[in-house]
Amino acid sequence: MTSDLFIQNLFNALTVGSLYALIAIGYSMVYGILRFINFAHGDIFMVGAYFIFFAAAHLPWPLAAAVAIGGASLMGIIVDRVAYRPLREAPRISALISAIGVSFLLENLGLVVFTGLPRPAVQPQWMVDPITLGSIRILPLSFLVPAVTAILVLGLLWIVYRTRPGLAMRSISRDIETTRLMGVSIDRIIAMTFGLGSALAAAAGIMWAIRYPQIHPFIGVMPGFKAFIAAVVGGIGSIHGAVLGGVLLGTVEIMAVAFYPSMSGYRDAFAFVLLIVILLFKPTGLMGEKLEDKI
Amino acid sequence: MLELKDLHVRYGGIHAVQGVNMKVNKGDIVTLIGANGAGKSSIVRSIAGLVRGVSGEMLYTGRDGETINLVGSMPEKIVKKGIALSPEGRRILPHLTVAENLTLGAYSRVDKKAIEEDRQWVYSLFPRLQERHWQKGGTLSGGEQQMLAVGRALMSRPDLLMLDEPSLGLAPILVEEISAIIKALNADGQTILLIEQNAYAALSIANRAYVLEVGAIVLEGSGQGLLHNPQVKEAYLGG
Amino acid sequence: MTGPLKHNAVRNSLSTLAFLVAGYLALSWAEANFDGYQTQLLNLVAINAILAVSLNFIYGFSGMFSLGHAGFMAIGAYVSALCILPPAQKELLWLLEPIYGPLAALETPFVVSVLLGGLAAAATSLLIALPVMRLGGDYLGIATLGFAEIIRVLFTNLAYLTNGAIGLRGIPSYAGIWWNYGWLAVTLFVVLSMLKSNFGNVLKSIRDDEIAAGAMGINTSGYRTMAFCLGGFFAGVGGALMGSLVTTIEPKMFNFQLTFNILLIVVAGGLGSITGSVVGAAAITLLLEWLRIVEAPLTLNFALAADDPQLCAAALAVCLASGVFWLRKWRRGARRPAAALAGRLIRGLTLALALTALALALTLALALALAFLGLEMFPDFTLDVPGIPGMRMVIFSVALMCIILFRREGLLGVREFSWDGFYDRLGRLARRLGSGGR
Repeated sequence: MTSDLFIQNLFNALTVGSLYALIAIGYSMVYGILRFINFAHGDIFMVGAYFIFFAAAHLPWPLAAAVAIGGASLMGIIVDRVAYRPLREAPRISALISAIGVSFLLENLGLVVFTGLPRPAVQPQWMVDPITLGSIRILPLSFLVPAVTAILVLGLLWIVYRTRPGLAMRSISRDIETTRLMGVSIDRIIAMTFGLGSALAAAAGIMWAIRYPQIHPFIGVMPGFKAFIAAVVGGIGSIHGAVLGGVLLGTVEIMAVAFYPSMSGYRDAFAFVLLIVILLFKPTGLMGEKLEDKI
Repeated sequence: MLELKDLHVRYGGIHAVQGVNMKVNKGDIVTLIGANGAGKSSIVRSIAGLVRGVSGEMLYTGRDGETINLVGSMPEKIVKKGIALSPEGRRILPHLTVAENLTLGAYSRVDKKAIEEDRQWVYSLFPRLQERHWQKGGTLSGGEQQMLAVGRALMSRPDLLMLDEPSLGLAPILVEEISAIIKALNADGQTILLIEQNAYAALSIANRAYVLEVGAIVLEGSGQGLLHNPQVKEAYLGG
Repeated sequence: MTGPLKHNAVRNSLSTLAFLVAGYLALSWAEANFDGYQTQLLNLVAINAILAVSLNFIYGFSGMFSLGHAGFMAIGAYVSALCILPPAQKELLWLLEPIYGPLAALETPFVVSVLLGGLAAAATSLLIALPVMRLGGDYLGIATLGFAEIIRVLFTNLAYLTNGAIGLRGIPSYAGIWWNYGWLAVTLFVVLSMLKSNFGNVLKSIRDDEIAAGAMGINTSGYRTMAFCLGGFFAGVGGALMGSLVTTIEPKMFNFQLTFNILLIVVAGGLGSITGSVVGAAAITLLLEWLRIVEAPLTLNFALAADDPQLCAAALAVCLASGVFWLRKWRRGARRPAAALAGRLIRGLTLALALTALALALTLALALALAFLGLEMFPDFTLDVPGIPGMRMVIFSVALMCIILFRREGLLGVREFSWDGFYDRLGRLARRLGSGGR
């Protein structure tokens, strides 16, 4: 493969990887606090894409993006309040089933409300006009996505490591009871966790919609699964792990098909194979801590 | 400040606390001693709001003068009312730094400047914590973790400080250190409820003491009085 | 209930025999009298029951949350199809790549093909179980889902085995009433016998407390693997039967939605009850069909009460039930007054919902009564509701969530049908009627 093609693929990999990372963070944060897999998280990503589609038709773009992210964030909080909070004391399987129910509800509601016709998202022209550097042609979008992702991740890390609510989040993930003793309102912090994760997923949805401008109610399914796998690979519960896992998965996916084009039909299976491999050899993930069973 | 009336605590089928009556007056060090499993921790955890099956009355008069019944209240509210607990086993957050653990203790407060002042005061009480303020809680020794737990409880500026078995697992010299600090805090006006298995240390510094056996109070009196009580001596002080 | 049930083995065996005879007669009658649509439904009920029982066995009795059922079904369906498609047809079907040599000439009787489908699925579950068994609840679900996806991708790409994305058409439809219900009987027999045996007790102990069971020296991984493979076997059987029933299969149809439908049945029937899975299969399959109404355009006016009283009655029941439910929720909320605005808004909404539902119920009752009396309701009105495609699944998702939020145990919880229990109830009912007459 020529070096030009390689570099182009690398940027592609970075773009896809960044989007996976943004979604994976949401899974990691919720699992870190609640030990719960939010099956419906991928569908928040889809909701974000649809919100930007409708908002961008009526509002200037920056405002539309804010509305889309805010709306999806709110939706994530509502889902927690309605479908997960009542089940906090119930056996874990109940919450998982509820999450599956929410996921299906969102997808099919989307089908009913938006119909299955793919909607074309607004693609700002300057983002998709390829620029030529020497013999390499790259979309400006391929610079923008990783950059925006980096900014968002840094922002999130600042919130988690430098603010009081972030401290509470980190505390809850280890010892809920003691955190309550400190006067922390657990439900509020959990809601905030969902809100932040959903906001990032929505941002990913917006950027995805620009990159692949056909939106339909099931666009969240595959990216959602893969992002979850990325979170597990990186070490679920860890934000750094989610980012690492996302970028790694995106790179493996793109580069494997780039080097072996005959494997393109198997592209979706890579993520799942990676999952099985990680679960076999290092189940806590690349950056995960060793958790021991308490007897 | 705090009065427990006919307190019952049930976990599933177990009747852990059976009709306990206790009083903690402002400015006192009150201690509750008893053997392992007597129900001491259940009592403080109920006061802190961490336990469900509680019946009876826990009447608390806070700094605002109002008397409320704590039964059924959420821990978050109880902390805001001025009660802090250093739990059994320390329960510090091992992946957070010493400084962060202390910040967490002050979570229910909003006055930034006063919080910083209190942090410096806690460091002055426990200089070893200041030395290690950037270290993760999990790397501290047992004694240092206990200091951190007490310091963390103090960060909420409680009117009532509850300590659950602070001497557990500590070397005797550290037990002395902790006892001295508890006495000093009380001399400054801090009301303290102390739960202990180490009867000697607890009774030596307490004003009032209660002895708990299998969920019920069997003896009460002054600290010094019970220290010389023959029954207590035989059961808890090694004859 | 006081004391253990009276156990009468002879009576039980005779009852089972009587039930089987009754079943045979019922099915014969159905075969003679049902039209194509009704027969299809009847067959679907049996197959869904087999699938639900197999999934319930894996989760409900071994505590393993497996989301990969669609994958096992795919394996069963394809293996069976490969075995019953006549060679001549295979030559025509394989368009992308010629079929793999030995498979072209393969042809077996139906019972063998279903068996092979089940065994292939069981073998695959053994393969999957090895790496996945040491994972805990959450990870197990995702890992099995992952395997199902891998299977789907493999089937889409290995065209020389499966004809790729095009799928297989014209599969001989051997799966009639007798085969389906026969296999259902076999499934129930095997699963129930296993559960009543020592194996079943061990499984239950592992489900309830794995660490304690391990401490007692039980090879927990081994038992769970066995349970997983058994469940996989019957999932393969179900898939094989389904393939023959619908005569067309493609990798796309073995997606997560398929697993979701089976999961819904299992949860609705009760996660710990095999009887529940069978009952749930019947209920949900029929409901799924019946709900097609919602997806076709509908003209609503009061004449409906006369034309389609069942629909009205059903709607009446739903409105009444939900009205009562929301009313009770409102009353319970009234006991704890909410200070915050959000709390009061929610309470107001609850009351509004309750009143709306009850008002609707009242109107429907009135319409039904008038229709029964032959009178016309006035003022007449007509509401044309356009068909909403996809509404069925929305309702199903909401149904699943309602069940898990409000009645976790589903229909039957962990209760199982037994002849002893049946006769005990009968006896008590008879005594109560007898003494009530005095």
